[in-house]
Amino acid sequence: MRYWSLLFLVTAVLVVAAFGVGAFDPSWWLPENVSLHGPLHIGAEVDHLFILILVITGLVFIGTQAALVWTLWRYPREFQPKATYQHGSQRLEVVWTIIPAAILVFIALYQLGAWTDIKFRSAQPKVPPIAEVTARQFQWLIRYPGPDGRIGTPDDLHTINDLHFVKNEPTVIHLKTRDVLHSFFLPAMRIKQDAVPGLTIPVWFDADRAGTYDLVCAELCGWGHYKMRGVVTVHETRRDFEEWASRALEEQNRSQLATIGGTVATASAATADAGGN
Amino acid sequence: MSTNSLGSADGNIEPVSEATRAEARAASEGGGHGDHGGHGHGHDDHVHPAPSNFLTRYIFSTDHKIIGIQFLFSGLLFFILGGLLALAVRWQLAWPWSRVPILSTIMEGEWKTGGQMPPEFYNKLFTMHATVMIFFVIIPLLTGAFGNFLIPLMIGARDMAFPKLNMLSYWFMWPAFILMLQSFVVEGGAAEAGWTSYPLLALFRWATPGSLNGQTLWLMSLLFAGVSSMMGSINYITTILMLRAPGMKLFRMPMTVWALFITALLQAFALPVLTSALVMQLLDRTVGTNFFTPVAWSVANQPGPVGGGQTILWQHLFWFYSHPAVYIMILPAMGIVSDVISTFSRKPLFGYKPMVFAIAGIAFLGFIVWGHHMFQSGMNPALGATFMLSTMMIALPSAIKTFNWIGTLWSGSIHFTTPMLFAIGFVSMFVIGGLSGIFMAATPVDMHIHDTYFIVGHIHYVLFGGSTFGIFAAIYYWFPKMFGRMMDERLGKIHFVLTFIFFNGTFFLMHIIGMHGHPRRIATPYEYEFLNRPGIHFMNEFMTVNALLLGASQLIVVYNFVVSLFAGPRASENPWRANTLEWATASPPPHYNFLKIPTVYHAAYEYSVPGVEEDYLPQTRPLPPASQQMVLEPARG
Repeated sequence: MRYWSLLFLVTAVLVVAAFGVGAFDPSWWLPENVSLHGPLHIGAEVDHLFILILVITGLVFIGTQAALVWTLWRYPREFQPKATYQHGSQRLEVVWTIIPAAILVFIALYQLGAWTDIKFRSAQPKVPPIAEVTARQFQWLIRYPGPDGRIGTPDDLHTINDLHFVKNEPTVIHLKTRDVLHSFFLPAMRIKQDAVPGLTIPVWFDADRAGTYDLVCAELCGWGHYKMRGVVTVHETRRDFEEWASRALEEQNRSQLATIGGTVATASAATADAGGN
Repeated sequence: MSTNSLGSADGNIEPVSEATRAEARAASEGGGHGDHGGHGHGHDDHVHPAPSNFLTRYIFSTDHKIIGIQFLFSGLLFFILGGLLALAVRWQLAWPWSRVPILSTIMEGEWKTGGQMPPEFYNKLFTMHATVMIFFVIIPLLTGAFGNFLIPLMIGARDMAFPKLNMLSYWFMWPAFILMLQSFVVEGGAAEAGWTSYPLLALFRWATPGSLNGQTLWLMSLLFAGVSSMMGSINYITTILMLRAPGMKLFRMPMTVWALFITALLQAFALPVLTSALVMQLLDRTVGTNFFTPVAWSVANQPGPVGGGQTILWQHLFWFYSHPAVYIMILPAMGIVSDVISTFSRKPLFGYKPMVFAIAGIAFLGFIVWGHHMFQSGMNPALGATFMLSTMMIALPSAIKTFNWIGTLWSGSIHFTTPMLFAIGFVSMFVIGGLSGIFMAATPVDMHIHDTYFIVGHIHYVLFGGSTFGIFAAIYYWFPKMFGRMMDERLGKIHFVLTFIFFNGTFFLMHIIGMHGHPRRIATPYEYEFLNRPGIHFMNEFMTVNALLLGASQLIVVYNFVVSLFAGPRASENPWRANTLEWATASPPPHYNFLKIPTVYHAAYEYSVPGVEEDYLPQTRPLPPASQQMVLEPARG
């Protein structure tokens, strides 16, 4: 039954075709990439490597499947009643050891540079961190320096699930967690880093387009893991960012005062109540 | 030989029962391989009779064949459970928060949500799906069921080296089974920290409901399963080294035995690390040690600061075992597939020695790649670069194996039987699983796809398209030897076609959806704006429909298995006309396997030998003189 080969052929064709659907529907492809032209352009390096590996593995896939399908088409028992008595071929073994080895070593060395650029401490941009991001079940607590420019002082700006930074600026955050493991994942900037209890890990990234993007928790962190969503806002200019920050700080101070006032009011009301009784 | 020799000169042997004599006689009549006397076989007279008591014969048996079948049945039962858990996972992903058929009705009272699955229940589903499939299905089926059943038969031994230890290794699985099942009904329910059980989520009772009690039972259960595997692996190593039949040199062993041997070595070296990690987590959870809690760690509502440990330590210990475990789950399937492909190509295995060295290479490299699970974990990125290199290199032996399988098929005389189809399916699908691994070996690319569905797609191409297809090939291939009856070929082929199609339908799009950034272990992706798109909805629903059909297709093999068990046509001694030793004895083999320990004359793959009338030449028959030269110098072929 040589027609068995067709099952494997059709499967291989469909598998390759699945990568083509991305041309018509962007959700069948890598997500939007906003780290292409910025100073760090991490996203550009990641996508370039992804596509390079996709092409190499795609060619290997097509080659092996073609050989398999052709073999199944050509050598069923009806067409080959007697198998060739053959135990192997040293020459072939050498060929198909050295060629894949060379390809794998090439991929390994080729991508080493990107990895050092992206994650080695030596590559960390020499800029003060824009914020400290502390993950907790199931929120991102984000703390920006206040007017004194330092994180950890009483004038800090606190937000929840709301990370802001500036277009085309290398941006560093300090990543921490307050409870379990979480993972800071910016799909649009191709950045992922686990938040580890007990460690403060610097993470850097950039964006070349203003807008809002998803911040994903990528490490299972409990029942609410699925809804641990943050939003990243990329501002067009530094001034936009600072305007937002000062507005947010004002808002924060006002609402804090209001809260204190509210508590006082409630407390005095309660006292009055007690006195009435 | 006469049945008298069964009685043995050994004084301490119980009298031979009538049943054994009958069995032995049947074996010698059906055998036809006793025609090459003339070599010493003094040791093979050491034969105990089969126990006549039902309890010691079928339940607390020390017979490796019965133990293998016990592993097979319990593994297949847990396969059903693991599969149902997976279907519930898929249902939630396709139609989040909708009523799950049957499950919602059963759980209505427990959930109190009007049939909507609570998110922590979803976390339990994928945690237990992976745990059951890995520790109770794939490992026990490949090493427990087929390892036990095949090793002594394929090397020409009467039983394992330590039959009682072997029995113990099966019965140590039962506490594991019971504890794991019990964890579903304790307060807080089953573990839900993923099968990787990363602290601190797994450590602290407040972290998630499954960490209340379920996690403790999970750890205890895996301790038992680990001890069971350890006992098995010691037994396999000893048996293969010490009990091979005369003439069965190491480089004459079938690939299945080679693969099981190297798998046993992997288990023996990797399991102690898992065991200590499990004990450490258990101590952290129960008596207040702090192996995995960092210095001065204080969480709201907890007593004062605790700690002094390191969270990432668990990941190192866990993956030091669990990466080799991935190879524990694939190497035996590779061995099985090599044997099946050679048999049904009627052609010697292409590159037997390179195949053996490739397995050994995978096993060796398998110990130095664990860090590739941890590129984004906060581990020093320089260390990541080292693991990247070793991970790239481990793709090489897998590639060599694939080329050799195709080389075996090439110019063979291919018989498309059901086991052969599953073996070819393995080759075809393992290529996808192997190649997708290269993406995550590349550290920068891994940064994007780590913890996404790309990884889930990859592991399922290796563990379903690979290991499970290998298991199906093995079931169809050795069923006649195990039970003395044939399975239905037509149903087998229908089962293969449907499984192959729906398997790809279920798992291939995971790569696409994963490269788009769809995280794994997430009760619904649609909280995120970049995933709440029609294309993502379509893919999730498509995969779920295929998964349901894939599950339904397995009813065919259940039916075929059960019916064939009782009513299948009787199998002859060697229905596939194969060379290896298990086919040189009756189907099913008598209690002590071989009436007379066979003598082995050549490697397992002498098919279509010129000058031999049939297209196969059992290992018990010498090669014709003309072809001797070619066998001695195989590499020049």
